[in-house]
Amino acid sequence: MNKNIQRCGISIQTMGVMMVLLGVISLGLFSFDRAPGGGGAAGKDSAASVRAFAEVYKVLKSPRCMNCHPSGDQPLQGEDSHVHTMNVQRGEDGKGLYALKCSNCHQSKNVPGLHTPPGNPKWQLPPADMKMVFQGKDAHELAKQIMDYNQNGHKNKAQLIEHARDTLVKAAWRPGEGRKLPPLSYPAFLKAWDAWIGNGGYAPGGH
Amino acid sequence: MINLNVNGKAFQVSAEPDMPLLWVLRDLLHLTGTKFGCGVAQCGACTVHLNGEAVRSCITPVSRAVGKRVVTIEGLSTDHLHPLQQAWLELDVPQCGYCQSGQLMSAAVLLKEKPDPTDADIDAAMSGNICRCGTYPRIKKAIKEAAKLQKENTHA
Repeated sequence: MNKNIQRCGISIQTMGVMMVLLGVISLGLFSFDRAPGGGGAAGKDSAASVRAFAEVYKVLKSPRCMNCHPSGDQPLQGEDSHVHTMNVQRGEDGKGLYALKCSNCHQSKNVPGLHTPPGNPKWQLPPADMKMVFQGKDAHELAKQIMDYNQNGHKNKAQLIEHARDTLVKAAWRPGEGRKLPPLSYPAFLKAWDAWIGNGGYAPGGH
Repeated sequence: MINLNVNGKAFQVSAEPDMPLLWVLRDLLHLTGTKFGCGVAQCGACTVHLNGEAVRSCITPVSRAVGKRVVTIEGLSTDHLHPLQQAWLELDVPQCGYCQSGQLMSAAVLLKEKPDPTDADIDAAMSGNICRCGTYPRIKKAIKEAAKLQKENTHA
């Protein structure tokens, strides 16, 4: 056997190292499938994943998320998601243009008072070269887009899980006076998000 | 005490960190060229430069200005000869004048970042500055005139 292995150019030691590496990789995958809130599923559960995304989708399509993921190059505002007043533009970096950059009005935290500009240190739209549009996307399209590394801001699954903990995402649940909260609580959203991705990040059926 | 740099000068003011920068400029430093319009960042009358960006000072806490350069209309130029100021005078842009310092400060950022702006650029930069007298056509014309003057000054 040793002879055969050596004939293939692989020593027993190399085989051993490869086995250990494979073991580590599969352990990593196994634990990823049990990502936080992943429902404890040891493997991929497409049905649970799709069920969880139905909850996630409700939040992503709420004005608190969708208003900064518009299909055009202008942010949206309000519960009716109308185009942002003042002709505000996305700009290349997603941070506005000229005298109308996001942070010219949006501070690092909410301004007190009804319908005043909400705030966050990272306030911006997705950049022009990676628009991450939510508006007009059905559940199938949006799930596929979010799981696509080349359309989601180059995030792998672990980074997507982490993204839901980002301060700008959390800002949806601190919308400022006069704005409705997303339809799920933040913990319920996190649970659904983690379950969706932890169970494989499946997209619900298309048309 | 809060240390500020306004129009190139150092100031020390006694203010709460969340006091709007506009209040500090007008009430503590007596730089009254910057106007209070709406108080909620909707009209642009209070626009000043913070490290070169056209921020709305009515909702910008003074703490955000610490360690940065604040420029108000009083500091846009030392000789009132900024190309925008020249063009504004030449075309007699203001009517009541209340919004004009904000208009100028916004236009100055546009000209710095886009020296030869199109109508679309002007709309993208200036739509957040409201003028109740409706001087918009003159503002647009004056920005284009200022762009020309700026170019001439650069090549002079």
